[in-house]
Amino acid sequence: MLAGATALSLLVFGLLLLAFLRRGREGRTSPTVWIGGLGVAMPIAVLLALVGYALMLGERIVAPGVSGTVVIDATGRQWSWEFSHRVGDGTPATHNELHLPAGRPVVLRIAAVDVIHSFWVPRLAGKMDAIPGHVNLLRIEAAQPGIYEGQCAEFCGSGHSGHLFRVIAHDEAGWVAFQRGERQ
Amino acid sequence: MNALRRHRILNTIWGAPKGWRGTVVSVNHSDIGKRFVIAAFGFFAIGGVLAMLIRAQLATPGSAFVGPDIYNQLFTMHGSIMMFLFAIPMFEGLALYMLPKMLGSRDMAFPRLSAYGWWCYLFGGTILIASMVFGVAPDGGWFMYTPLSSKAYTPGINADVWLLGITFVEISAISAAIEITVSVLKLRAPGMRLDRMPLFAWYLLITALMMIVAFPPLILGSILLEVERAFDWPFFDPARGGSPLLWQHLFWLFGHPEVYIIFLPAAGVISTVLPVLARTRMLGYGWIVAALLSLAFLSFGLWVHHMFTTGIPHMALGFFSAASALVALPTAVQVFAWIGTLWNGRPELKLPMLYLLGFFVVFVIGGMTGVMLAMVPFDLQAHDTHFVVAHLHYVLIGGFVFPMLAGAYYWLPHFTGRTRDELLGKTTFWLIFVGFNVTFFMMHLTGLLGMRRRVHIYPEEAGWTLLNLVSSVGSFVMAFGFALFAIDVALHVHYARRRRRNPWTAGTLEWAMPVPTPAYNIASLPTVISREPLADAPALASALSRGEGHLGEPRRGWRETMAVDTTTGAIDHIVVLPGNTHLPIVTAAATGCFFLCLLAGRYWLSLLPVAGVVVLGLRWAWLLDWRRDIGPLPIGRGEVAPIHREAAGAPGWWGSVFLLVADGTALASLLFGYAFLWVIAPNWPPPERIEGGLAAGLVAAAAGSAGTLLARRCLADGAAGLMEAASRMAVAAAAAQLVTILALMALGVTAQPVPQAHAYAACSWALLAYALLHATIAMLCMGFGRARIAAGHVSPRRTLDLRVARLFSDYSTATLAIVLVCLLAPSVMS
Ligand code: HEM
Ligand SMILES: [Cu+2]
Ligand SMILES: [Cu+2]
Repeated sequence: MLAGATALSLLVFGLLLLAFLRRGREGRTSPTVWIGGLGVAMPIAVLLALVGYALMLGERIVAPGVSGTVVIDATGRQWSWEFSHRVGDGTPATHNELHLPAGRPVVLRIAAVDVIHSFWVPRLAGKMDAIPGHVNLLRIEAAQPGIYEGQCAEFCGSGHSGHLFRVIAHDEAGWVAFQRGERQ
Repeated sequence: MNALRRHRILNTIWGAPKGWRGTVVSVNHSDIGKRFVIAAFGFFAIGGVLAMLIRAQLATPGSAFVGPDIYNQLFTMHGSIMMFLFAIPMFEGLALYMLPKMLGSRDMAFPRLSAYGWWCYLFGGTILIASMVFGVAPDGGWFMYTPLSSKAYTPGINADVWLLGITFVEISAISAAIEITVSVLKLRAPGMRLDRMPLFAWYLLITALMMIVAFPPLILGSILLEVERAFDWPFFDPARGGSPLLWQHLFWLFGHPEVYIIFLPAAGVISTVLPVLARTRMLGYGWIVAALLSLAFLSFGLWVHHMFTTGIPHMALGFFSAASALVALPTAVQVFAWIGTLWNGRPELKLPMLYLLGFFVVFVIGGMTGVMLAMVPFDLQAHDTHFVVAHLHYVLIGGFVFPMLAGAYYWLPHFTGRTRDELLGKTTFWLIFVGFNVTFFMMHLTGLLGMRRRVHIYPEEAGWTLLNLVSSVGSFVMAFGFALFAIDVALHVHYARRRRRNPWTAGTLEWAMPVPTPAYNIASLPTVISREPLADAPALASALSRGEGHLGEPRRGWRETMAVDTTTGAIDHIVVLPGNTHLPIVTAAATGCFFLCLLAGRYWLSLLPVAGVVVLGLRWAWLLDWRRDIGPLPIGRGEVAPIHREAAGAPGWWGSVFLLVADGTALASLLFGYAFLWVIAPNWPPPERIEGGLAAGLVAAAAGSAGTLLARRCLADGAAGLMEAASRMAVAAAAAQLVTILALMALGVTAQPVPQAHAYAACSWALLAYALLHATIAMLCMGFGRARIAAGHVSPRRTLDLRVARLFSDYSTATLAIVLVCLLAPSVMS
């Protein structure tokens, strides 16, 4: 996408430069070439390809709905996050720390209790708003076990800058232990 | 009559007194236009200082320069000032000043309305700035998302300042939009067909039409939110059937078209300046008009792309994503039309052209990042980061500020009648251009690295420190550039050499008049036979000052200009415009008192200024007096035309029509909100519904219909010369509207649940209030009509007052029917 954007920008800048360099030379070009060709036909081709590609990609990221996945509730408030893991016996709830198994898809049910927040772990997935009165679903998957930083991406008042949390992705053993309520 | 004598007489007719008195009473479009431009630049400076403070804070990680509470006020005010107090008023000012001159007219269609809009803008802007001085400025971000901006989370008056202050300023936007639409459609030089209008007029016509449809959703949203804050009507409270998403829809229904509303006038400047500096004509006039129309249409279909992360189903996102990408098309058409024009011409690197090149570079990059953001997967990552901040500044500064600077250097000789060498202007350009790119290019990078927008500190480990520092340094370079621009303009105004009329040898009519322009613009109106009248007849200017065009003989102290048939440009009638008056400033002050009462929470007291505004409004309409028939008058060149009071398509009638279009959009937004909540919001269906009320509703419907029929009879009798009968009909119509009002009140009190109970009840009351307001307006119109008949202002030829009254009655009854169906259908059907 970046390469395409650069190429198109350079095309425009190049034509501009040429327009100045060819000053004085004769010959009018018709509107059809400029506007019909470059202004209409070219963008249509580019945009069609781009939108099609984005739709396909988006269908995979946004649309959840695979069965057998882990479901976790994430609730934003001023200024912390509650996660309740609907797994194991004790459905352990945690504060500002989201635990999940690495290498498996996880569906988050995202909500808020006061104002709008937005759940965002840049290295795992795009963001999804947490809106009072609504529940939004987001599918994420951590490829590797480890710690991922997360942040609130929607302006939510004076604590917005510090509205942070972290995601802990466990390997199989760690995940089993977590479900039993053993915290490392 | 020689040219000098004509100049003297016209000057006394059109001019304003010297000194502060003239400032207060002047309604002249050149005066008002210049004031808008200068004030908008002043607000730009204030917003710029806030931007400097923001960049100072972000220059280092964890800076202790300001805390979060101040920082939140800084960026909220920066964004709001730039969007509402700088960009829109700036092009309104340019349009007010320039349009009549380009269209070969002597003023806009409603001079007093322009002046009223100006004072509303000034007073509203002052309220916003004052709140900053007192430390209670809005702090919820420029789009004021609820529930953060609701009473529970913003208990102070900060949010009220935004909602009320911006709504106050919006009055000026709506009035300018109506003003521009009617002026472009009607007040042109004879012979200027629609397809002979300068492109600039097309751009502004379409912008104005977009404003008429785009601002009402925001105004309605602001009213609903303010009512929720003040009286606890739960439109946005999910616990009681409201939804925070409703605010987002209403805001972006306005907010996205807003971006094009800001861009189009600037693009109009480009299409005017670029061909002149390339010594050729604009390529593809028809293509451009078509592109503008489709842009206007498409831009209303994309608001959801600001809400990609709110959990809307992906297929719907796909639709809006595609529409967002599609909107690049009309923009591409324009860009290539401009480049093709340069290609065909012999472009010269004069100062305005330099700024246009700056526009191309910056805007194309902004457009590319825009298409990237329109792609859902990318947006999910970049949304709400500094990448978006970079994108929006590339589009806004590239697409608005650079063209406006080009326009400023192009038209400065017109404003002042002077020209100056270009050295300082070129230095200015390079400072702004380099400073801009350094500042905002870095923000693409910090954004992609994950820096969120609207944070006042960031961790040192994040590795954004250097990029942010460079960005801040760049912003100060840019600030020097703008300061230098102000100095350059000041030098130009005071010290430059006086010069000839048309320094660029342009072809449009604004250069066919002496510069600086006299209050009356042109001593006589040209007859236009092509798109570039001045290119056809280079000596046009002196011929017009010799009075060889239309309306060259001033008479009776009237401010006269021509109105034409909208499409053919054939002579239609003479418009006699109102002169200097205190009414605009006094009415704006009364309006301001109303907003201040609301801000102070004195709701009962606020009824006083409302009454004041009504009285002033009636006086306003009353002053257009005309107690006898005039008949067709000579307009020069052997032709005659009636005056507007005796013509069918008078500007006042068209103005009322467009006002009602805006009004209807507000109602449509309210109905959309009602339906949206019903379908989407949690906690529905409501615990109690409207019970009964059918009888009261039927009475209201019957009385409203009677009111409309009587208003029509009143007009018919008036047109037939039966003044006695018309007078009786007017009284009866007003009485019928009174019955409607009472029946509606009865419906509310007996059948509707209290508005605080549930969003359903709140919506019902809002609909009822809408119907009540319009029945009241219809009643006042009929009463006014009756008084006008009695005072002898109406005759079979002069029926304008009654026609406008009938228009408002019809509108009131039509909307009454819609409201009643929405209120009663659910309970009747269940
Ligand atoms: C003069 C140079 C300018 C600089 C250095 C500047 C800088 C900034 C920065 C750093 C932010 C982000 C604040 C944050 O998210 O923490 C911002 C936000 C914004 N700017 Fe500018 N800006 C400038 C001019 C403009 C202009 C000309 C406009 C509009 C015509 C504009 C409109 C906005 C808007 C709408 C926002 C969003 C505010 C919000 O998040 O509520 N800016 N600006
Ligand atoms: Cu938050
Ligand atoms: Cu936040």
